[in-house]
Amino acid sequence: MARFILGRVARGLVTLWIVVTSVFVVLRLSGDPAQAMLGPEASPEAIEAFRLRYGLNDPIPVQYMHYIGNVLQGDFGTSLQSHRPASELFLSRVVATMELGIVAVILAVAIGIPLGILAAIHRNSIIDRFAMGLAFVGQSAPNFFVGIMLILLLSLRFNLLPSSGRGSWQQLVMPAMTLATGLLAILARMSRSSLLEVIRQDYVRTARSKGLSNRRVIIGHCLRNAAIPVVTIFGMSIGALVGGAAITETVFAWPGVGRLTVNAIANRDYPVIQLIVIAVAATVVIANLAVDITYGLLDPRIRR
Amino acid sequence: MSSGPTASATSPKSVSARALGDASTARRALGEAAAENHGRSRWWWLRTLSPLTVTCLAILIAFVLCGVFADLLAPYDPTANDLRARLQAPAFSEGGSTAHLLGTDQLGRDLLSRVIHGARVSLTISFLGMLLGALVGVLSGLVAGFVRGLVDDGLMLLVDVIIALPFLVIALSIISVFGTGLTILVVVAAFSGWASYTRVARGLVLGAREEQYVLASRALGAGPGRLIFRHILPNIVAPLIVLATFQLTSIILLEASLSFLGFGIQPPTASWGLMVSEGREYLNTAWWIGVFPGIALMFITISVSLAGDWLRDVLDPSLRSR
Repeated sequence: MARFILGRVARGLVTLWIVVTSVFVVLRLSGDPAQAMLGPEASPEAIEAFRLRYGLNDPIPVQYMHYIGNVLQGDFGTSLQSHRPASELFLSRVVATMELGIVAVILAVAIGIPLGILAAIHRNSIIDRFAMGLAFVGQSAPNFFVGIMLILLLSLRFNLLPSSGRGSWQQLVMPAMTLATGLLAILARMSRSSLLEVIRQDYVRTARSKGLSNRRVIIGHCLRNAAIPVVTIFGMSIGALVGGAAITETVFAWPGVGRLTVNAIANRDYPVIQLIVIAVAATVVIANLAVDITYGLLDPRIRR
Repeated sequence: MSSGPTASATSPKSVSARALGDASTARRALGEAAAENHGRSRWWWLRTLSPLTVTCLAILIAFVLCGVFADLLAPYDPTANDLRARLQAPAFSEGGSTAHLLGTDQLGRDLLSRVIHGARVSLTISFLGMLLGALVGVLSGLVAGFVRGLVDDGLMLLVDVIIALPFLVIALSIISVFGTGLTILVVVAAFSGWASYTRVARGLVLGAREEQYVLASRALGAGPGRLIFRHILPNIVAPLIVLATFQLTSIILLEASLSFLGFGIQPPTASWGLMVSEGREYLNTAWWIGVFPGIALMFITISVSLAGDWLRDVLDPSLRSR
């Protein structure tokens, strides 16, 4: 198991290294990084000072080592817009996004998986048709449109929930639902098809023939085996969830990293963009690592 | 189904041992299905059409026609302002008139015309992006699967990284550096699907390259180009077409999301994502501005997904979902 985890950690580190290097390459491909980092209004003196400070007159390999050193020390430069360190801006927003993300994941898991199990147990019934139809629509619907429809119905028509901002729990409901939709739909579809696959297996028939109740067969013999593909698809969806946060936060004026990203890109605030790209990559790598470990715990055959 | 001369010259043991990969089994099932279909009439696939599939295909065709003949179908110029007619309700609701069937937006532009023209923008970017992505992805997948070695390892590492990251963030970073526009959006769309094609094509090649007909052809002295394009590619194209339809949905959503955030199609051009974003400001007074383009978007993504499911069942019964 330790070897399996070590292998996964090494893979994650390689992924991060590729992302960090790509950011370096793209920033240098796009022209003068000093100009990019300081913005179009920067004076020649400021640009020269910046070049000296970050060693931009050095040969590329030396620059690259410097850059890696800075990233490792958490120095991502200063925001062009607010003139605060990029890392400080990021940290001031990250709690709001994590709050939104965690609630969305809980919603998706708590509704999506039982929905899929229910649909599989009552296969081809009205419940199944309804749940899968809903899941299909949820998976095809663009995130922002789900958000807009929620605002239109729950805020404007029925006046139940506030349409924007952060503070009270009421303000969290709609953004979390919006962000959860896609993941919820995928989890529901995947747990249904995975459970249907398991129910056909010989060991389930054996368990049935022993006279066990339907409930005990499903809980004792099926769920753990059916969980493996669900965990896989969950890991693959974490990235999409992070991307969806940018859109959801824009729709609901949620003051998180997603809003920060959109603002940074609109203003070409490269130090901030650079940090966000690396942070997102790190989040996805860590989430996938957690999923891989869960996977190893669920299925002993994988721990090689 | 005959697979050419049997490759009795090569060791059958190593073939069967290596041909056990997933892609290979899928391929074999495909072959059997093809053989099965051979006995039927050429219209056998008509019987696989359910009413739902027919509806989806009809919606898709309608959207494609809207995109192609937008100039003829749209009752108004989609970018023509008419401030006297601004924020008019759709014809079927209170205060609406038949002059503007879906109402007008904040600048008095006819919403129906904008939704129709939005189909053109959305479909142009998605189709071009899908084709370009498929071209690059399938080629690199073929090379990776056929050449193996260092090229394969490097490519697959890159593919793993790209697939793991949220593509919206990659797309936004590319746009922040290179700006936005139709060309960039097509390139970004192509880039978004490229990695999946590479991974799938590579897997299929790995299975197909050990098949008897490929080995036979190789034994007869065929070069790599002939093997790849004449023997392998035609036999693995069905799953790739299915993948392409699913990519189409995600590209449509990607373009809409980028435009919604303001980094895709720029005003005054009609793009569904952009229109929903404009409509957001007027939800309280003029819900139709944001809702109609959103509904169009949902119709097209649902239709493409269901059509993709159908295509998968027809082309590759081994992948059929239960």
